[in-house]
Amino acid sequence: MSMSMSMTEHVDLLIIGAGPAGMAAALAAAPHGPSIALLDDNPLPGGQIWRDGPNAQVPKQAQDMRTQLQGFSNVRLHSGCKVVALAGAKRLLLEDDERGWVLSYDRLILCTGARERLLPFPGWTLPGVTGAGGLQALIKGGLAVADERIVIAGTGPLLLASSATAQKHGAEVVRVAEQAPLSAVAGFAAGLWRWPNKAIQAITLASAAYRTSAHVLAALGTDRLEGVRVQVGDKVEELACERLACGFSLVPNTEIARALGCTLRDQAIVVDEWQATGLADHYAAGECTGFGGSELALVEGRIAGLVAVGDRNKARGLWAERQRWQGFADRLNKAFSLNPALKHLAAPDTLVCRCEDVRYADLAAHDSWTGAKLATRCGMGACQGRICATAAQTLFGWEPPLLRPPFSPARISTLACLDDI
Amino acid sequence: MTDAATLQGQAADVIVIGGGIVGAACADELASQGLHVLVLDCQRPAATAAGMGHLVVLDHSAAELALGEYSVKAWRELAPQMPDDCAMRTNGTLWLACNEEEMEEAERKHAALSEYGLACELLSGAELARAEPSLRSGLLGALKVSGDGILYAPNAARWLLQRQSSRVVLRQAEVAEVQGNRVRLATGEWLQAPAVVLASGIYARELCPDLPLQAKKGHLLITDRYPAQITHTLVELGYVTSAHKGNGPSVAFNVQQRPTGQLFIGSSRQFDNHDPQVDAAMLGRMLRRAMDFLPGLGEMNGLRSWTGFRSASPDGQPLIGEHPHQPGLWLAVGHEGLGVTTATGTARLLAAQMLRTRPPLDVEPYLPQRFIGARAHA
Ligand SMILES: Cc1cc2nc3c(=O)[nH]c(=O)nc-3n(C[C@H](O)[C@H](O)[C@H](O)COP(=O)(O)OP(=O)(O)OC[C@H]3O[C@@H](n4cnc5c(N)ncnc54)[C@H](O)[C@@H]3O)c2cc1C
Ligand SMILES: Cc1cc2nc3c(=O)[nH]c(=O)nc-3n(C[C@H](O)[C@H](O)[C@H](O)COP(=O)(O)OP(=O)(O)OC[C@H]3O[C@@H](n4cnc5c(N)ncnc54)[C@H](O)[C@@H]3O)c2cc1C
Repeated sequence: MSMSMSMTEHVDLLIIGAGPAGMAAALAAAPHGPSIALLDDNPLPGGQIWRDGPNAQVPKQAQDMRTQLQGFSNVRLHSGCKVVALAGAKRLLLEDDERGWVLSYDRLILCTGARERLLPFPGWTLPGVTGAGGLQALIKGGLAVADERIVIAGTGPLLLASSATAQKHGAEVVRVAEQAPLSAVAGFAAGLWRWPNKAIQAITLASAAYRTSAHVLAALGTDRLEGVRVQVGDKVEELACERLACGFSLVPNTEIARALGCTLRDQAIVVDEWQATGLADHYAAGECTGFGGSELALVEGRIAGLVAVGDRNKARGLWAERQRWQGFADRLNKAFSLNPALKHLAAPDTLVCRCEDVRYADLAAHDSWTGAKLATRCGMGACQGRICATAAQTLFGWEPPLLRPPFSPARISTLACLDDI
Repeated sequence: MTDAATLQGQAADVIVIGGGIVGAACADELASQGLHVLVLDCQRPAATAAGMGHLVVLDHSAAELALGEYSVKAWRELAPQMPDDCAMRTNGTLWLACNEEEMEEAERKHAALSEYGLACELLSGAELARAEPSLRSGLLGALKVSGDGILYAPNAARWLLQRQSSRVVLRQAEVAEVQGNRVRLATGEWLQAPAVVLASGIYARELCPDLPLQAKKGHLLITDRYPAQITHTLVELGYVTSAHKGNGPSVAFNVQQRPTGQLFIGSSRQFDNHDPQVDAAMLGRMLRRAMDFLPGLGEMNGLRSWTGFRSASPDGQPLIGEHPHQPGLWLAVGHEGLGVTTATGTARLLAAQMLRTRPPLDVEPYLPQRFIGARAHA
């Protein structure tokens, strides 16, 4: 009877996230003919690895997948679109630039990927300090870094990918500080060449800038970044630079999965061999189920797409390939496991929640996220705790809060569509 | 009552269970009277953290009007001492009338409040539009109550607990049982004091099952920061004439703009719902209603929504006084949707009864006896 009812749309299969996993899922399911909505909050499909922008060169594989998707009239791509709230059983409230609406679905595949883990250390809020993947995204988006001195720190192959992108655009990467010890990294080195593809060959483990057992101690500068203090083994060095990019591996994006009631383990969505979550008709694929690289995300996405349209035989045929990439991912995760010392980088007055200006010491005085939030307002700002609650989970072991609607800031007129669900 | 040396075996002169706005105000008032107070709180989700902090005088009954007027005045007196983070302001309330019936209610209210000595003024539709240009056109008018205000209740509670630190001690502890003037902590430890004050909000029934309290769930939402949209706290008169009457779920327009520029939007009411999750449909209804009054809201970003529970007594008034069957146990509960406002008055009525001084108001309408029955050995 009301406006919002008439605004409800329906699809057979909804896929959230148009990275490698989501695109692969859509392409695997599409030939079976169901109506498919593929939605992503970015302006173009591709996810983290194939992030587009004025300075990006999206590989042929990604371009081919985009073209193929366009060839299916039963696939509708919603770019620049975000999930705002659950709107009843198998219904989600969505918003893009133009409108807010409720979408109902029969089956859902979560391909929400992962984001960087940012950990607070003295100076991390200075202009010039970004995430490692964040720097990569900025460069692809058009940021000029030519002739800038850049320090990259944290852990995992993303440091190398970020470093490669920065170098390709003319930056001087003066240090790559990998927290994992050489023993762990070297044991893995052979496999590393496969991740992330060719880009990584620009910088090698033998590069003069690369150090293992090395981590950032502080970003230096008053109004903006001027240098970085780094612990390398048992020595401390100070390097002058214009940018610092820090990424402490990835954390799966599981907010929607948690809100839906999917089970998580080690911060990732738990799925079975069919990529099915414990929730009927709800599947998950790619990095939201655990860190594994784009190849694993692709094959998981294909399996999920096939299972969602009932083609289990074909899906089963992909298990061996998935197994191969999973083995690779397991070794990767082991090699780059986080050194507990990194939990103690913050000084008492280091901000943890930038939105609400909450210091490390303010948080450390509490024993749960809820208690800390009540007393300090941390997590109550625009990012709704995505950064600080994730950091607090790593630093203090606190369970992050369940997201409440709106999952991310949304127009009041969109939220008002919930009035008659 | 005692000094520290004679506290032997006693945890303090008074133990207060609950450090929300009501417990904090009680502790502060008792400390002002020279008592040593131990506040026990276990940081459960509390109404004070959820509430809007609208300091508003309501007049559903003479008792509500008397306590509200006295309490808001007390807050205004505290205002000059309050730190900035309490965000205390006397910005006034505008009660909005959409139709004739509501305009009549505005006039009735105007007469009642004026008679009680409150500064208030009826605005025509045109005057209202000038006072609050963001409101939709076509409203019939409003009642302006100038002395009402707003504050940020979690910080106000914290301030009240900290400002007399030589006499108010806050201890993180969960109370598991209460027997008159003795309490057992979840750790098994027993504490006692000449008086115990129960101010644990919606949780009070866990410790005192004979309290006639019912939970009323409410939703709130806060927007991003925006340049000034409104100056007063805006409330619809439908709040009294229709929307929140009866026992069904309801929504009513209630909006204030915080000093940060964020718009704080309420409100909804649901009985018999103990689930703290945001109910998407209620949130939608509440926001649809808010957009009816402030059309510009539609394009603004909502940042966060959450819920809270009001603890309602059968007649809507708090229970303030000694428990009729448990000497030594004092009640400060049942503040419904008005406990931030009435915390100051509650504290003074409680302290006056405890210390047998002259109460500033007739205590009769707030005594627990009206529900729990006569004192066993009176
Ligand atoms: C910052 C960053 C940079 C990376 N750079 C590289 C690299 O250079 N090379 C490399 O090999 N690997 C890189 N990775 C790893 C890469 O994420 C994986 O290899 C691969 O992209 C995983 O694919 P996916 O489809 O599982 O997830 P993703 O590629 O992460 O795609 C998930 C997509 O879902 C969208 N999404 C999530 N939640 C929602 C929501 N609620 N509503 C709408 N859309 C949503 C995201 O915006 C994203 O577009 C990077 C990872 C990160 C976090
Ligand atoms: C949505 C909503 C909007 C509201 N808007 C307004 C408004 O605009 N104006 C207004 O005046 N009022 C408003 N109120 C009402 C107001 O918030 C409450 O009446 C008031 O906060 C009650 O305070 P309290 O101290 O009694 O309880 P609470 O704030 O609930 O505090 C109880 C405390 O007791 C502690 N506790 C509980 N059990 C135990 C235990 N066993 N041991 C130790 N500690 C314990 C808890 O940790 C908590 O800190 C609103 C309420 C809601 C829900």
